[in-house]
Amino acid sequence: MANTYSSWGRYPNRIQNGCSLKRREDDLSSLSALSKNTPFLPYGLGRSYGDSCQNHAGYVVSSAQLNSFISFDSEVGILRCEAGVSLSDIIQVVLPQGWFLQVTPGTKYVTVAGAIANDVHGKNHHTVGSFGNHVIQFELLRSDGTRLICSESQNPDWFYATIGGLGLTGFITWVEIQLRPVKSANLDTENIKYNSLAEFFSISEESVESHEYTVAWLDCSATGASLGRGHFTRANHCQKQYGPIPPVNTEKGKLSFPITPPLSLINNLSVKAFNELYFNRQREINKTAVTNFDAFFYPLDGILHWNRMYGPKGFLQHQCIIPKCNAESAIKELLEVISASGMGSFLVVLKMMGSVPSKGLISFPSEGATLALDFPFHGAKTLGLLLKLDAIVSAAGGSLYPAKDARMSAQLFQQAYPDWIKLEEKRDPNINSDFWRRVTGCQ
Amino acid sequence: MNILIIGASSAIATATARLYAQKYKANFFLVARDEARLSALADDLKVRGATAVTIKVTDFTDDAAYPQWIEEAFTAYKTIDVTLIAHGILGDQEACEKDVNKMKEMMFINGFSPLAMLTELANRYEKQGSGTIAFVSSVAGDRGRSSNYVYGASKAVVTTFLQGLRVRMAKLGVQVLTIKPGFVDTPMTADIDKSGPLWAKPEDIAVGIEKAIVKGKHEVYLPFFWRYIMGIIMHIPHFVFNKLSL
Ligand SMILES: Cc1cc2nc3c(=O)[nH]c(=O)nc-3n(C[C@H](O)[C@H](O)[C@H](O)COP(=O)(O)OP(=O)(O)OC[C@H]3O[C@@H](n4cnc5c(N)ncnc54)[C@H](O)[C@@H]3O)c2cc1C
Ligand SMILES: NC(=O)c1ccc[n+]([C@@H]2O[C@H](COP(=O)([O-])OP(=O)(O)OC[C@H]3O[C@@H](n4cnc5c(N)ncnc54)[C@H](OP(=O)(O)O)[C@@H]3O)[C@@H](O)[C@H]2O)c1
Repeated sequence: MANTYSSWGRYPNRIQNGCSLKRREDDLSSLSALSKNTPFLPYGLGRSYGDSCQNHAGYVVSSAQLNSFISFDSEVGILRCEAGVSLSDIIQVVLPQGWFLQVTPGTKYVTVAGAIANDVHGKNHHTVGSFGNHVIQFELLRSDGTRLICSESQNPDWFYATIGGLGLTGFITWVEIQLRPVKSANLDTENIKYNSLAEFFSISEESVESHEYTVAWLDCSATGASLGRGHFTRANHCQKQYGPIPPVNTEKGKLSFPITPPLSLINNLSVKAFNELYFNRQREINKTAVTNFDAFFYPLDGILHWNRMYGPKGFLQHQCIIPKCNAESAIKELLEVISASGMGSFLVVLKMMGSVPSKGLISFPSEGATLALDFPFHGAKTLGLLLKLDAIVSAAGGSLYPAKDARMSAQLFQQAYPDWIKLEEKRDPNINSDFWRRVTGCQ
Repeated sequence: MNILIIGASSAIATATARLYAQKYKANFFLVARDEARLSALADDLKVRGATAVTIKVTDFTDDAAYPQWIEEAFTAYKTIDVTLIAHGILGDQEACEKDVNKMKEMMFINGFSPLAMLTELANRYEKQGSGTIAFVSSVAGDRGRSSNYVYGASKAVVTTFLQGLRVRMAKLGVQVLTIKPGFVDTPMTADIDKSGPLWAKPEDIAVGIEKAIVKGKHEVYLPFFWRYIMGIIMHIPHFVFNKLSL
């Protein structure tokens, strides 16, 4: 049976029970499936990879039916909508009116509340910080029926605990966010083929001021002097106005990966071939283009359900941040361990995060280098490699991203997020997740 | 464009309303029983581009009220370009087998209530001489199956009624559209396992409804492949069909 409330990595792949809140005025006690003795967990679009959006000890409460806009002031770009509205819905409505999200992750199929709960970051972290930095206010519904309007001035402690709060403080019913004006649906992009890790850091440094968006894709098959080689992409929203922005259809022409093949289609051979091909797809060192926002921000959304190509065992993502001072050496070490293991990652993404402080108590984004890797699940072999990577992250004073995690140790989590204790104090007594039980032991 | 949506809080109707708000900046008259959801939808449609939205809260068990609010809709907008009737219940087949009142309840909401509305509406559209009347029926009405024949029959009643009404209205330039969705992931089907590949999203159905209206179709299966599936199911001989637990 397919799991409607699964996580994106589908590891561990187990049936998750769930139900949805019907109206934003309803109390959680209106959900007959929930009982006092079993914990529940808010659930958005399940785009978190691991177990932070799973709660096998009880139910998940989906925001799927809370998908209405409430108001939009197109003069100032302030949008209020229900928790389950997706970033894709938002873009469709606001972009033709000259507005865009301040921060977007690499997929638009996430809910606004999910974006708050993981305090998600985008390619412009170095200029604007993370999603929580642009949230004006939201309503938090607690399981005892209390409703708290949270902002920096009203219930600020709940505001900071809920941003990046992994859904644990209560159920967000609606959200108000600040958008940013844009003149076009396109971006001026520049793709630079670079040959070493050192080059990555120097291009990043030189792009901080000049480019709002920066990110690099790494060729994980490269070794030795070319270790860390890849393509560095940097971009700005087009400043030229070409007339009104046309209507946006984010669903048009999408392919879908319709079924889960019995075996993972991602293996060492395909990864190596893909990486080589991808690295060499561009002959010139430097290539500029005007790119549509959809292709630029959401290349992976072009194939819906692409996670299925990893087969029934699912896959694991490993995303860390290494503080700036240790970034170069630790990233080098991580890449060396991966290339020595022979277990390549299909996608390796590296980005320098900026110094804008995150609002959340335990937000993941902080200043440094973030490296994200995907591995098909091959049992002990995969887990062993990830443990080696963890050790490097830990020694460098880094942290792993809960939204992408299904296996980090309690020790690594608690070391990287000492303020987890404060979040635990704010946790709703009837809410819990597989992730939280795993990394804190709190029941 | 002026649109009357009956059962507006249904997932399929909501998705269709959103499409018309975004694409046509339409005016809406929305009818449903759940006030909170209805006013949330009204706000939502305005953000998406609707020009005006009027809401009417009423339960369709109250059939005496139909003429009144249909009148209100036509007073609000003079002409109604599109009427979409989308309310319905999936009910509980087993309960309907055991309890005649449960069976009647389902026949009333899915069958007789649309017929009563359509009778009123037809006379108004007759005077108007233009526009579309669309009803959300179901593939389940094509052939009775042991797992849901009461629901199927309640839809078939309306489908047959519309076949005739269509002929009457065609002369006047009014389109009568029967919409037959297959499996759609909505609150109605929340308790059903959605592992098969046949499940569609309400947004997909909405796109199909709008296309069928624009093309002036009489009947549409959504998604399209249900036409072929039902073609096969309807042609299975009785002696085989009776052995299948569909
Ligand atoms: C292809 C892909 C690319 C990605 N790229 C990025 C990226 O670039 N940057 C980044 O930061 N992340 C990225 N992610 C991760 C993703 O942005 C986050 O996991 C996001 O939080 C998922 O949102 P969701 O709506 O799917 O929520 P879910 O995954 O369902 O839930 C996420 C968390 O939100 C909580 N939650 C959901 N709804 C509510 C609510 N109503 N009230 C309170 N809490 C709630 C849940 O309890 C859970 O803790 C990516 C994911 C994918 C699949
Ligand atoms: N989902 C499918 O797989 C599927 C397939 C084929 C056909 N259909 C048909 O599609 C239509 C829309 O259904 P849906 O799938 O969108 O499900 P839905 O969201 O559950 O919609 C059903 C709607 O009917 C309303 N309703 C039921 N009884 C009512 C009453 N007495 N008075 C007023 N409103 C009443 C409900 O109102 P409340 O919200 O207030 O309860 C609800 O809004 C239905 O006619 C259904 O039969 C559905």
